Amino acid sequence: MRRTMFTWSLIAAAASLAFAQNAPSAPPSDPKQAGAISPEQIQKEGKSAAERSALNMRTANDTALEAMTTAVASELRCPVCQGLSLQASPSELAQQMRGLVKDQLAEGKSPDEVKAYFVSKYGEWILLSPKPQGFNLLAYLLPVLLVVGGGAFIWVLVRKWSAPPVTESNPSSTDSAV
Amino acid sequence: MNWKRAAIASLFAIPVILLFAWGMTKDPKDIPSPLPGREAPTFALDVFAPGQPPLLRNVGDTIRLADMKGEVVVLNFWASWCLACRDEHSTLSEVARSYAGKPVHFYGVLYNDAPVNGTNWIAEMGGQSYPSLNDPKARTAIDYGLYGVPETFFLDRNGRVAYKHTGPVPAAVIARVVDSLMAAPAATPAAPSPAPAGAASQPKAGG
Repeated sequence: MRRTMFTWSLIAAAASLAFAQNAPSAPPSDPKQAGAISPEQIQKEGKSAAERSALNMRTANDTALEAMTTAVASELRCPVCQGLSLQASPSELAQQMRGLVKDQLAEGKSPDEVKAYFVSKYGEWILLSPKPQGFNLLAYLLPVLLVVGGGAFIWVLVRKWSAPPVTESNPSSTDSAV
Repeated sequence: MNWKRAAIASLFAIPVILLFAWGMTKDPKDIPSPLPGREAPTFALDVFAPGQPPLLRNVGDTIRLADMKGEVVVLNFWASWCLACRDEHSTLSEVARSYAGKPVHFYGVLYNDAPVNGTNWIAEMGGQSYPSLNDPKARTAIDYGLYGVPETFFLDRNGRVAYKHTGPVPAAVIARVVDSLMAAPAATPAAPSPAPAGAASQPKAGG
């Protein structure tokens, strides 16, 4: 009995607490009452929301631009390094070239147009991955040919090594078992 | 059977060996520039080192390639931290002075360096006859496909890149190229004069 009364008193206390919390959010009958939102406040909050939205959009654009810059800079070779991309190189020239990539992308150029600009200045050498055409095809086909050829070679060897020895007097092990 | 095996192995091995052998004959720093024969990238750069009379220009003047149409332009990219630039400095300065009054302009372009360092370096080297220009963020250097310094570009009277020299440029090369470009008519594209034996005719990385 005592336990039941204690439970009910807890429920009542929780209900009154919940009511007390909800009470201020109810619309006041008098707009001049404390807690009422004036038109100026609404306008101010609306303005700050718009600013926040613009800021978010700008941040999103900056993030997208940075990601695109990183992608393009990763495909271009640093001219003063050994096999490093503009993105990976800490050299001053590479960083300046990366800055130029970013500026051109920000101006509205596509990644292909930016890469074409650098190719026009440095030649195709500036591309870390050469275009798959002409002599460049060797770079793409040779590894595949080597893997396929090597695989076939190993397969032939393994088959040869794992084949049971065939002799005229003992053609198969199963025959002798029978 | 052994001959057959050897033939098959050779079929695979010989092309790979030939490919590597061909690669060994190439200098990895020898990178052909696509610029010679093409229209020179335009620029508008400010003078930071005035040069000396009669080639003097005021500090702060903006030099535009577009203003030099019909004349030969020699652009030498350099930096105060570049040791090889010391080797060519006096040669370039003297040759530029000898061409004063002729339809050719000599300009130095500072690469990845502060103008104050450039000015101090010029004073230390005993002066420079032609003006030097500042290239913020190396944008003009990148436009010219620069790999290192010193690199010298010879632009013909039609505003095209006629020849690019990597490394310290000898006086004989400057005279030969500039004379041939001045002699070429302005209306038709000038063919670059072949570089003399021993002169670097292609850009090299990390110069």
